[in-house]
Amino acid sequence: MNAWILTLVTFIPTAGAILLMLLPRNDKNIRWTALIISVLAFAFSLYLPFAYSSESTSFHFEVNVPWIGQAIHYHMGADGVSMWLVLLTTFLVPLGVLVSWKSIHDRVKEFFVLFLLLETAMIGVFLALDMFLFYVFWEATLIPMALLIGMYGHERRIYAAVKFFLYTMVASVFMLAAILWLYTHTQPHTFDYVEVRKWLAAGQASAGAIKWLFLGFFIAFAVKVPLFPLHTWLPDAHVEAPTAGSLLLASVLLKMGTYGLLRFNVGMFPAEAQRQAPWINVLAIIGIIYGALVALVQPNLKKLIAYSSVSHLGFVVLGIFTFTQVGTDGAVYQMLNHGISTGALFMLAGMLYERKHTYELSAYGGLATPMPIYATFFLIVVLSSVGLPLLNGFVGEFLILNGAFQDKIIYGALAASGVIWSACYLLWMYQRVFYGPIVHEENKSLPDINGREQISLWPLAIMALVMGVASPMFMKSIDFSVGKITTAQKIISPTDNKAGALNSGNPVTAENKE
Amino acid sequence: MNEPNLNLWIIPVLPLIGAAINGLFGRRFKNSLVSAVALLFTAASFVYAVWVAAQWWSHTNPHIESLGDWIWAGNFHAQFAFYLDRLSTVMMLVVTGVGFLIHVYSVGYMAHEGGYYRFFSYLNLFMFFMLTLVLANNYLLMFVGWEGVGLASYLLIGFFFLKKSAADAGKKAFIVNRIGDFGFLLGMFLLIGQFQTLDFDPIFHSVSKISPEIGWGVLTATALLLMVGATGKSAQVPLYVWLPDAMEGPTPVSALIHAATMVTAGVYMIARSSPIFSRAPHALEVVALIGAITAIFAATMGIAQTDIKRVLAYSTVSQLGYMFLACGVAAYSAAIFHLMTHAFFKALLFLGAGSVIHAIGGEQDMRRMGGLRRMIPVTFWVMTVATFTIAGFPPLSGFFSKDEILWKTFLHSHTLWLVGVITALLTSFYMFRLWFMTFFGDLRLGEVDVGEEAHKALAPAQAQHTAAAHTHGHADDQTHGHGGVHESPWIMLAPLVILAVLSVVGGWVGIPEAMGSSNHFEHFLAPAIQTPQVAEVGQESAHLELTFAGISVAAALIGFFFAWLLYYKRPELPDRITARIHGIYTMVLHKYYVDEGYDLLFVKPLLALSTRVFWRGVDQEIIDGTVNGAASASQRIGGGLRRMESGNIRSYAGWVAAGGAAVIVYMIWWGVRR
Repeated sequence: MNAWILTLVTFIPTAGAILLMLLPRNDKNIRWTALIISVLAFAFSLYLPFAYSSESTSFHFEVNVPWIGQAIHYHMGADGVSMWLVLLTTFLVPLGVLVSWKSIHDRVKEFFVLFLLLETAMIGVFLALDMFLFYVFWEATLIPMALLIGMYGHERRIYAAVKFFLYTMVASVFMLAAILWLYTHTQPHTFDYVEVRKWLAAGQASAGAIKWLFLGFFIAFAVKVPLFPLHTWLPDAHVEAPTAGSLLLASVLLKMGTYGLLRFNVGMFPAEAQRQAPWINVLAIIGIIYGALVALVQPNLKKLIAYSSVSHLGFVVLGIFTFTQVGTDGAVYQMLNHGISTGALFMLAGMLYERKHTYELSAYGGLATPMPIYATFFLIVVLSSVGLPLLNGFVGEFLILNGAFQDKIIYGALAASGVIWSACYLLWMYQRVFYGPIVHEENKSLPDINGREQISLWPLAIMALVMGVASPMFMKSIDFSVGKITTAQKIISPTDNKAGALNSGNPVTAENKE
Repeated sequence: MNEPNLNLWIIPVLPLIGAAINGLFGRRFKNSLVSAVALLFTAASFVYAVWVAAQWWSHTNPHIESLGDWIWAGNFHAQFAFYLDRLSTVMMLVVTGVGFLIHVYSVGYMAHEGGYYRFFSYLNLFMFFMLTLVLANNYLLMFVGWEGVGLASYLLIGFFFLKKSAADAGKKAFIVNRIGDFGFLLGMFLLIGQFQTLDFDPIFHSVSKISPEIGWGVLTATALLLMVGATGKSAQVPLYVWLPDAMEGPTPVSALIHAATMVTAGVYMIARSSPIFSRAPHALEVVALIGAITAIFAATMGIAQTDIKRVLAYSTVSQLGYMFLACGVAAYSAAIFHLMTHAFFKALLFLGAGSVIHAIGGEQDMRRMGGLRRMIPVTFWVMTVATFTIAGFPPLSGFFSKDEILWKTFLHSHTLWLVGVITALLTSFYMFRLWFMTFFGDLRLGEVDVGEEAHKALAPAQAQHTAAAHTHGHADDQTHGHGGVHESPWIMLAPLVILAVLSVVGGWVGIPEAMGSSNHFEHFLAPAIQTPQVAEVGQESAHLELTFAGISVAAALIGFFFAWLLYYKRPELPDRITARIHGIYTMVLHKYYVDEGYDLLFVKPLLALSTRVFWRGVDQEIIDGTVNGAASASQRIGGGLRRMESGNIRSYAGWVAAGGAAVIVYMIWWGVRR
């Protein structure tokens, strides 16, 4: 089982997509098949955390067989970081199918085929340990996503799809160059992540080369995250994307960027990452505050959520580049949290759109009366996003801010202002949608969410609570693997103590034995 | 040591269960079932708390119980763990006791409101968070309660969410509190940096080995940051602005959350952190200063208000200022003493005001009240008790607790003491003003045409309050005439009477030595609190202490006299006076324009900056302009790319696939060649 499980989880959706192509065009059957396939993939992925044990090697469930020639391997493996990201993906895809149930009524078959192919590509990105394989999966996410936006999006969908595609495509080229450079310089030539990492750790590459390699990977990932000022594709892509597209875009695709930063930039070039950390952290902090302030004044619900993602992902990047164990743990946790809470926000926004076909906040107001159940779910999600303790967002945010603060007090202090901003834009948005008198007569008769919609929201609400209360369940494996990623080579953060007596900011130390 | 298992977690969790039941199923319940659930779980929590208190009463050391891990990352570790010492015992009893009484009262008060189940679910949720706050074993869990009560407060202030003013007030409360929480968070990070933990015991243990900081060190910074959190929650200058607006919530909420319990959380937190504050003398001075400023500043605003609840709101801010002042002079037990007596008499005042409002059909403007003492006698009498208590007449509880604070302040600083005494005078004045305007003279319901301008400026909320049908169940019955004024039902009056008794006797546990008792309260709390070692100013003579008590009583009498003169004997005088000092009066009436100032200084510039500079400027002009420029430039260069811009995305996908395939082929060829 262990050798096969990753392949199974990754390619069940592909098999499902092929099956869907073969099925006749009966929308109902297509929907149900897609749902069953995605639930099946989720069920198999649940095996991972149960079979996972922290106290052994870096990667679990490994498969490593030659794929193309001798150089390119099909090398897959999961650690505590990627495992949870895979689970996040398989957990969200069935929900994405559910929210597309009625909203997609044209070219249904193609939609779900693309959707499932996208799932395979995303899972592959997290599990690939061969950099060529990684790159294939990475680019493979682009096509279905761009098509989902371009074919099923709203008015300006073509502009958004092209912008999305170009932005990320151009950035990926730099990563490809870096990967190829590494291949040609390693002896023997290899794309293998583990091998390359060893080779780099042995000090085989010159400082100048490492700098360029770091930047090559960094650009690709920073666009994906997206890190300020490379974020402007995101609001357009989100506004135009269909609900399920926004869901996966925000919840999973952006995480590919932060995952890449952690796995490759920090994992392979730890010293360089530390050298570059100051300006990266500055960008992250700008992103936190800037994203929040721009979100504050958005008249469009989806744009508001998109900019809030810029802000939240700024936290994640900051956490990674604090080089503290708590900060990085928090960053990984926040990746999952953001997937849950922002995914839920986009689903909720989509439900509103299905009813009134607009995302403009001014079209709403007073909805708490006609739609009380919807309002309650929305409130829970908003609170999770605001970082209310006992819900998931708090754990990640607290650890990141703590790490940042121990790294440099000013980082922590500036970033912590994010807790004020997020309350401002989210509560104001909530008020404009749900409170006050109903200004548009037709809103009085808006139907509350139905059973299917509730079923798609309950899992997210429950996860928000579980992850807020029982974080050790997830954190144990994350903590272990983060240690592995950041400490295989000697990375030391001599936490400089601005406050004299302040010592020990949880630096990641080399003593963490292999 | 053989410690009993007290299962402390039960105390907060009981109301949580009530909240969950009503929140999930309450919509289908009858009102009676909703209130039965809510009351049952609150009562059970109170009874259990009393039992727990009885078990641990005689112990001086804290009792700690852990439920398990909450967060464990790297070397940071926080648990779900509870901490019972004498300080949390007092808090727990006040919260569950007063909380239960207010739940009972609400059954009557809210009987005609829509969203009954929602109300009780939120109220129970509040109890859960508040009890978590006071029973937490570490700062992080305290922060859970801290933010949680903020949430409950947000939901309850905005309970009448159809009104924009209510929704605004709820949001304002949450955001202003978040500003405070920002300080709290940073304070916690400093603690982690220094002690690697947030658990109370280890921190206090380590701190007790440090000698007090002479200058501005880490302890002072930590204390000040924690204090920022406390100023938010306890509505101190400059973050007090949310509390008066919070009066948009139903009156029982004002009593429970915005008078008796939640707003005192900041005071509790400082008292809890006494080992830290006591070693940071500069921080203490700041606390004292903020407390004194808040006390007198809010008292002056209380004088000009005409909305009965707003008078009480400013009074609460002012009284919280006293508690801060007490903390600032390291008289933590006096602060907690006043916290307790204030919980009794301020809850009573709010609930009594609610009973008045209830009696006259939702009117909140005191200029339309008057002569109610014979129509609602029970309410009148309990309000009388409460008014004399807050004004500081012996032997009522407020006298002892306030006097304790003033005396301790005097030992520390004569100037601050003077501020305190003037505040006492003002307090007495505006409270008796309220008393005379409400219960004496003639009923002016509907008669007095409140100046349009003043009305708008003063209480935009209340104008809608009377208009909105749902605000009070009496909108449709014919109780608006004088004959319709009616006393509240006993389910509302019973809690009032109990609170009145507590307001009278509640202070007797803390009668100072100078008056022939032995200040049991202070001795009881002593083990839970650390005061600075730089000893109290020796044993001042008992005689002097009595003299000062006399001065406080005199201040209260002077306040009473002026209120009597202006609002009973010669009610035409106030208008003449305000006309004479129109400028100052207008400023006070508009609450010194602080809200407007904040709006002008922070809110408007921020929105303008975000919209014009960041969004339209940086995002759309600079970044997107560059990107689109680059894209169209490259489009001109690469003719093939034009096809995809023309919208045929599938052909573009084809291009990419082809490109990808080419790369793969090249790679294979390359790999084979080597």
